[in-house]
Amino acid sequence: MAEEKGKAVIQVKDLYKIYRVGDSKVRALNGVDFSIYKGEFCAIVGTSGSGKSTLLNMLAGLEKPTKGEIIIAGEHMETKNENQLVKFRREHIGFIFQSFNLLGTMNALENVALPLTFQGMDKETRLARADKVLNLVNLKKHKKHKPNQMSGGQQQRVGVARALVVNPEIIFADEPTGNLDSNTSEEVMNLMKRVVREQNQTLVMVTHDNHLASFADRIFHIKDGKIIKIEDTRENLKEQVNE
Amino acid sequence: MLIIENLIMAFSSLLSNKMRALLTMLGIIIGIASVIAIMTVGNSISMSVAANMESMGANNITVGLQQKSTEEQVSESGARFEGGTRGRTIREEDLITEEMLEELAVAYQQQIAGISLSVSSGNGTAEKGKLYANVSVTGGNEGYFQLNELTINAGRGLTETDQEKGGKVAVVSDKLVENLYEGNAQSAIGAMVEVSINNRYYTYTIVGVYEYQAEAASFSTDSEEDITTQLYIPLKAAQAQNHSAKGYEQFTVATESGVDTEAFMEQLEHFFDRYYRKNQDYQISAFSMETMLSSMTDMLSTISLAIAVIAGISLLVGGIGVMNIMLVSITERTREIGTRKALGATNGSIRLQFIMEAVVICLSGGFMGILSGIGIGAVLAGVMGYEAKASMAGILAAVSFSVVLGIFFGYYPAEKAARMNPIEALRYE
Ligand SMILES: Nc1ncnc2c1ncn2[C@@H]1O[C@H](COP(=O)(O)OP(=O)(O)OP(=O)(O)O)[C@@H](O)[C@H]1O
Ligand SMILES: [Mg+2]
Repeated sequence: MAEEKGKAVIQVKDLYKIYRVGDSKVRALNGVDFSIYKGEFCAIVGTSGSGKSTLLNMLAGLEKPTKGEIIIAGEHMETKNENQLVKFRREHIGFIFQSFNLLGTMNALENVALPLTFQGMDKETRLARADKVLNLVNLKKHKKHKPNQMSGGQQQRVGVARALVVNPEIIFADEPTGNLDSNTSEEVMNLMKRVVREQNQTLVMVTHDNHLASFADRIFHIKDGKIIKIEDTRENLKEQVNE
Repeated sequence: MLIIENLIMAFSSLLSNKMRALLTMLGIIIGIASVIAIMTVGNSISMSVAANMESMGANNITVGLQQKSTEEQVSESGARFEGGTRGRTIREEDLITEEMLEELAVAYQQQIAGISLSVSSGNGTAEKGKLYANVSVTGGNEGYFQLNELTINAGRGLTETDQEKGGKVAVVSDKLVENLYEGNAQSAIGAMVEVSINNRYYTYTIVGVYEYQAEAASFSTDSEEDITTQLYIPLKAAQAQNHSAKGYEQFTVATESGVDTEAFMEQLEHFFDRYYRKNQDYQISAFSMETMLSSMTDMLSTISLAIAVIAGISLLVGGIGVMNIMLVSITERTREIGTRKALGATNGSIRLQFIMEAVVICLSGGFMGILSGIGIGAVLAGVMGYEAKASMAGILAAVSFSVVLGIFFGYYPAEKAARMNPIEALRYE
């Protein structure tokens, strides 16, 4: 089964996130346990407010859990301080946003090269690497374009390239196609899947679209801060083939 | 390297919003410009005064009548001689007499190298047929010409014999020779020149031609031809011509080297005290280039202080403006900050980025301020008749002050940006 295929790059144990709003408590995550393995493409699906983004942000070290353990690439995230988290993110994690979040003053190439700046890489190397990754996402012709000179799909491909450029072990994507039409969404999904496969990276994606979730190897269904079902599409496939 | 990249980034963000940046910088531009302007003027004046002191001699003491301050407070040191002529006119018995001067020369033999006396016989025109030249007729003694050394181009200067005789001989400027004798100094020498002063004609024999030098601190609106130059005659000749009693309103003492000017000035005033104690209206006071310079510096530093206060307020307002615009910019760019942090930017690098932006705004404002300040200062110095000299120290101070201003007023906004929670920043609409 899954455990046999390789090491767990993400391990979540008994994870809680409780927000206090005034006197009431919001249990955004209410006891979550799971593991994700190297090279896997996982989708987290659930209704709005079910805690998907909260979970993803915590995995990426952008938010601290109230209780529980998160072990990523062998390191405990919950014990790290802010600077350590930044350093960890910089080296191990790529992030794709729903609303792209490209910097308007920079062109595609510079946007992609941005995370490398934070690693202190010199400009030449940075731009050379960004250039390669942009080729990978089929944006050869748009390298000098500013975000407002590109379509949504093109912008998100820049976003994907920016996540890939640091060559991270894990890429997190929060509704990466949420602002795109269904055709473009599929294009971007296929692109992400292909690139991640080629580089043997792990991809964790949040979506509320069941169709897009079906691109993933495994689908985590989340409801009211709890994982209620984990589907393995590869097994379904096998079962279908066997039938 | 990080600093340079941040600088470039800050510049491009500045250029993306030129109008806003310029308006923000205005306070800083005005503040720095006024400081640089006043420093340029101050520097120009002190440089030129220093140069003048060299030529005039810093150790010369001018001694003159000064109105006793009764109800009307006479202005301080610098303007005392103009102030002295106001009020009751100077009567014959008020004047400094030959006898006083002789006694003075005996009493302070050790200290006095020479006494320069001069009498003005008024302004008029030297005429030759239809040709004319404006002149100011001045009679001076030997001491006078020792102090105000003339460059004689042709002929000779006034000699001891000229002085003793008090004859009607004159040394004229090359400008006069140009106007009346077509520039031919040889034909001027020995010629009789007729000068009309207040409709009375005086005739002098030209014995020498000196080279006219424009005074450093004069600003004349006359054209080159109409320029008024000095026509020098012996002191006695001027006195005879004026029908004036043998008395002087002022004279200049050249001191022997090594004399303490300051102390000697006091002694001089004290010396004249016994002649003027009973005089109800006038007393004697002495001043030197040195004291004039220091009173000028005093005046300048008072003006500087006033301008510094204005500049300080302007810089404070400018700095607050920068802080305000930085806070606006940070709010506008909340998502950018969130994105950067999510992608691995440390708090420190965010802080650096925004401090750099504030510094670039202040520094650009500072540079514009320096340029306009030098411009304004040069114009002011020019109007006052001095050669403009920018103050290097002022420029360096302005540059470093701009940087400090940027860091100071940029720190709070930058810190605010650095402390943003990335998740909240990313959620910001
Ligand atoms: N900062 C916060 N303070 C208080 N409550 C919060 C905060 N962030 C999230 N929540 C709450 O936690 C729950 C989970 O939110 P989360 O953003 O994870 O939902 P989601 O599954 O991503 O929803 P969507 O599909 O709409 O993005 C919600 O009920 C939300 O109101
Ligand atoms: Mg969400």
